[in-house]
This record gives sequence, structure tokens and C-alpha cells, in this order.
Amino acid sequence: MFGLTAHKRTEPPGWGSVCIFPAALTLALGLGLGLMAATGRPPAAVLGSILSGAFGSWRALEETLLKTAPIFLCSLGVAATFRIKVWNIGAEGQYALGAVGGAAAALAFPGLPAPVLLPLMFAGAALAGALWAAIPALLRLRLAVNEIITTLMLNYLGILFLDWLVYGPWKDPASHGFPMTALFAPGAVIPRIPGTRLHWGLPLCAALALGLWFFLSRTRLGFELKASGEGRRTATYARMPYDALVLLVMGLCGALAGWAGLIETSAGLGRLQPTVMAGYGFTAIVVAWLARLRPLAIALAAFLLAALRVGVENLMLDFSVPAAFGRILEGLILLCVLAGQFFATFSLRRAKAPGTAREAA
Amino acid sequence: MNPDLIVPLLAAAVQSGTPVLFATLGEMFTEKAGVLNLGVEGMMLCGALAAFVTSLYTGSPVLALAAGGLAAALVGALHGMVCLVFLGNQVVSGLALTILGTGLADALGTPLVGRTAPGFGPLRLPVLGDLPVLGPAFFQQDALVYLSYLLVPAFWFFFARTRPGLRLTAAGEYPAAAAAAGLDPIALRWAGVLGGGFLVGLGGAYLSLAYTHLWTSNLTAGRGWIAVALVIFAAWRPGRAVAGAWLFGGIMAFQLRLQAAGTTLPSSLLLMLPYATTVLVLVVAALRRGASRGSDAPEALSVNIEPED
Repeated sequence: MFGLTAHKRTEPPGWGSVCIFPAALTLALGLGLGLMAATGRPPAAVLGSILSGAFGSWRALEETLLKTAPIFLCSLGVAATFRIKVWNIGAEGQYALGAVGGAAAALAFPGLPAPVLLPLMFAGAALAGALWAAIPALLRLRLAVNEIITTLMLNYLGILFLDWLVYGPWKDPASHGFPMTALFAPGAVIPRIPGTRLHWGLPLCAALALGLWFFLSRTRLGFELKASGEGRRTATYARMPYDALVLLVMGLCGALAGWAGLIETSAGLGRLQPTVMAGYGFTAIVVAWLARLRPLAIALAAFLLAALRVGVENLMLDFSVPAAFGRILEGLILLCVLAGQFFATFSLRRAKAPGTAREAA
Repeated sequence: MNPDLIVPLLAAAVQSGTPVLFATLGEMFTEKAGVLNLGVEGMMLCGALAAFVTSLYTGSPVLALAAGGLAAALVGALHGMVCLVFLGNQVVSGLALTILGTGLADALGTPLVGRTAPGFGPLRLPVLGDLPVLGPAFFQQDALVYLSYLLVPAFWFFFARTRPGLRLTAAGEYPAAAAAAGLDPIALRWAGVLGGGFLVGLGGAYLSLAYTHLWTSNLTAGRGWIAVALVIFAAWRPGRAVAGAWLFGGIMAFQLRLQAAGTTLPSSLLLMLPYATTVLVLVVAALRRGASRGSDAPEALSVNIEPED
């Protein structure tokens, strides 16, 4: 095309991998702003509104950090499954089950003090999320059922299950018909960091990111896990049965996404209600791919996409932009990054005339 | 069994199965050429919106139908750009397309929520429509349902008996061999992406033009994903796609009827039925496949064609 031919690079481009991500992000934002301009909204003001909404004040930054946590946790799990080529797009459903599992513990033992109840809720959320994730993992391992479809269907089922609970058996009789549980007891609410709106779930995320990075890059087992990512045969080199690896990683993702659901329920809302579902599980896929599946980069990408969400919320106020504009931007970013990665793998050269090409070979 | 109960349910099953059938055939067409496109849900929704808007402003259902197909093909072209030109990962690109497509339709459709537009109404076929049982179930439907009756054998004939169909299959099974035989597998895959996208768009258009006549947000409600699952269930054969799509149509119609009849079952549990069935259907397909071993999928499905050095 255009007199250019693509050639596989023999070594990775030094500058390239650094430039691709900002270039793709700029292109996607440019397309999004173009769409805004086409609907009569001045692009510069739109960009300003997004930026000030996400970073403009301490309150804005707090909001961005608060949204970073669930996206980060889901994305960490999704990236782990993508690494071993399990196409798990079920973080959204696992998040829902985590919210349910955490709420179950909170509603069952309202009298327990926080130091006992909160760990119990974290255990419940992790267990529920992991079991939900184990269903598609087992179906894939035992029957070779495509996990893309099953994880996606389990998203719908998980969300409907949550709906059923809060519209039915768990509905607060005092809620005037609104679908929500009763407010959690004080011991079931993740406390805030004094003087801020931030909660202790955030330091937990930071610890997880550092821990996982250390595990993957500095320990023997982590290195072996990374090496076994390519499939059945390499998994055997890591002295780990492939089936166990898939179950472990899917369970891990379910637990992490479950924690995200729990944190949003307990610290964000203080009760279980359908609005806890905000599509973080899908944003997590965008984040995982932007970060090329590396834990610390995921933290950064999660922060950026959380900022985008908060920025778009501001945009809704300033320019009455529909909420779905955020999803448009996320889709564009992912498409641009996918296309941009081409330049990391291939170099373009001017096509030679057929005769000279043969000589060169 | 009482035909007075069965016939309306059968007719409703065909009607609500038809958009899924178009989308399934569309995705099958694309996958036959070797491209996995998980963007069906987003493309279908964009097709539904484009068809609805066109019908609203021109009043012509036929133009609207074409607009629906073209819009979905256009969204699908983004997948083509990413996967066929820039060799991006097909799974992730399809997901991105769904995120983008549902976002686009949602954002652009917000001002239209609740509006109605002209579309396709029931059209009783002469002779066939007068048959007992079969007539009211299958031949008192709208024009798009009849189009789907014609499309299924045409789809089969195209891949089984025609040269272009064979070439498309070659691009999906052995692109290297196709290239060696002087074909252009990339161009063939483009045809698969755009042609399949058009069919997916017809499925979306059916929803807004014949099924609801009314714009609501998230009109597809997962039908695009069910279509992706049905391609696997149907083992890439159009005849089985009909069975799968009508089965789903039946379940959706049954579920709606139960709700309308004022059942005491909570609606969130009833809404689970189509999604739970999708998982079940895939398990059944896997058990059946287990007996024969081997997969029915095109050999080079979701494998990108890399340039040779």
C-alpha cells in the first residue's frame, strides 16, 4: 500500500514502544473531539472540560483515584488470564458476584466488629467471584467450550442474579420499593482515610500492584508462570499442570474482580444496589491491553481511564454529552492501540522494484 | 397439543428469532473467510439505529433496511482496518468494536428514545398463508422473515456450489494455499468482513423496523453475542443456524408471554433464560462434537495473514 511493504522487525524498536501508546491515545482523543466538533461542541473547550473534571481540583483527583481502584483490580485479573491466552471477558460478572458475596457476609453478620467482618466480606467476595470464574474455566478444560461466550453470558447472568436479590429476597422493607438492601452496619463499611474521601481499598490496590510485580519479575515461580503463558507445552516446563494453571489464574481474576465489586459496594454505596454495576469489567479489558498486560503499567492505564470516565461525567454537565460518549472514547482508544502495535512488530520500507528485490534476496 | 396455543408461540418464535438468524448468518459469513468478529453486538445496534433514523426521515422501510446493513458494514470495516491492515488481535479488536458500537448507538440514539418509525408489517402470503397450522406460523409474517427463508438456502448454495464461495472458504481455511493459487486472501477477507457486516446490520434493522418499530436504548440486549455463540452451535452450517435462532426466538417469546400473563416468577430470573440457554447450547454442542473429535471451525479462523519477508 502507498508503495510501502511491511517487514517483521528482528528486534523491538527502542523508541517505538514508548511512542506508540501516546500516539494512539492522541489519535483516539482527536477522533472523539472531532465527533464533538461535528455535533457543534468546540473541541478545545471539550478537552478542557474533561481535563478539569478529572484533575482540576483535589476533589476531582479524589474522584479519579476512587474510580481507579475497581478498574485496576478487574484489569489485573483480566490481564493475568489474557497472559495465558484465556479470553476471559467475564470480569463484569465476577465483579457482580463479588458484590453479592461481600454483601452476603455483611448482611449475615451485622453485629461483628469491623476487624472481623471486613476480612470475612473480602473472603466472601473473593470466593463468590472465583467460583463464578471457575465455571467457564472448567467448561473450557473439560469440554473445550469457548470461554469468550461463556464468560460473556455469565456477565448477563451475574448481573441479573444481583438484580433478583435486591428486587426480591434482599430488598430493604424500608426502601419504599427501591431495589436496594438495607444500609450496611458500620462494621461492614471500609473506612475512609481521615481528612479525605479516599478509602483504605486504595492502599490495598497499591500493595497488590507492587506485590504482583515483585512476584512476576523477582521470584522463580512468578517467572515460571510468565514463561508458561504460551500454552500447554510451556506450562509443563513450569512444572505446573496446564489445567491447574488455568483454574488458578481464572480463580485469581474472579477474586480480584470480586474485590472490586465489594469495594464499590461497601466503601462506595454502603449497601448493595444495581447502580454498583458501572461497566468497570469492560473498561478493564481496554486497560489490560493498553498496559500490554504488565501490572505497574496497568496501574497507570487504570488511572488514565478512570480520569477519562470522571472527565466525561464533567462533560455531561458542561455540554450535555450523553454518558455513552465515554464508551465511544474507550472503544476508539483500544482500536487505535491495537492498530498502533503493528508498528512495534513490523517496519515499513519503500517497496523495491521486483527485479531488485530478487537480487537483494 | 392444542394448536391454538402452539401456533402463536411458533409464529412469535420465528419473528423474534429472525434478527438473531440474520446476525448469525452474518457472523458465519465473516468467520468462513477466516475473520473472527466479536463486534456483532455493536454492529447490530448501529445497524438498528441507522435503519430507524432512515425510516424516520424518508419513510421508506427498504431504504432504511439498506442503511442498516451499510452502517453495520461500515462499523465492521474498522475491524477490517485493525485486523487486515494493521494485523491487530481479532478477539480484542472485536471487543473494542462492541464497546464503540454500543456507545455510538447509545449516544446518537438518546434523543430518539420513545419515538416510533414506519417499518415492515405482516404480509400474508397467498396460498401458503392459508395452510392450516403452517400458514399462521410461518407465512403470515413480514417481508424480512420471508427474506430470511430465501437467504438460508442461498447462503448454503453460495458456499457449497459457487466459485466465489469456494474462494472465501479458502481464505478462511488455507490462506497461504489460496495466495499460492493466485488469489488475494486479504481482499477475500475484506469481502467476508463487509458482506457479513451487512447481514448483521439487517438483523439490527429487523429489530427497529419490524420487531419494535420503536427506539429504546440497548435494543439488542445481547442478541449479537447470542449470534456469535450460535455460529459455534451451528458448526458453521446455515441450516443449523435456523434451528438455533428459532430456538432462541422461542425462548424469548415464551419468556415475554409469561411476563405478560402476570406470572409470579421474578422478571430478573425469566430474563436469565436466553443467556443460560446459550451456555447450555454450547455445552450440548461440545458434547456432540466430543463424539467426533476435531473442530468444525475454519482452520485459519482468527489467525492473521502476515506479510512474507
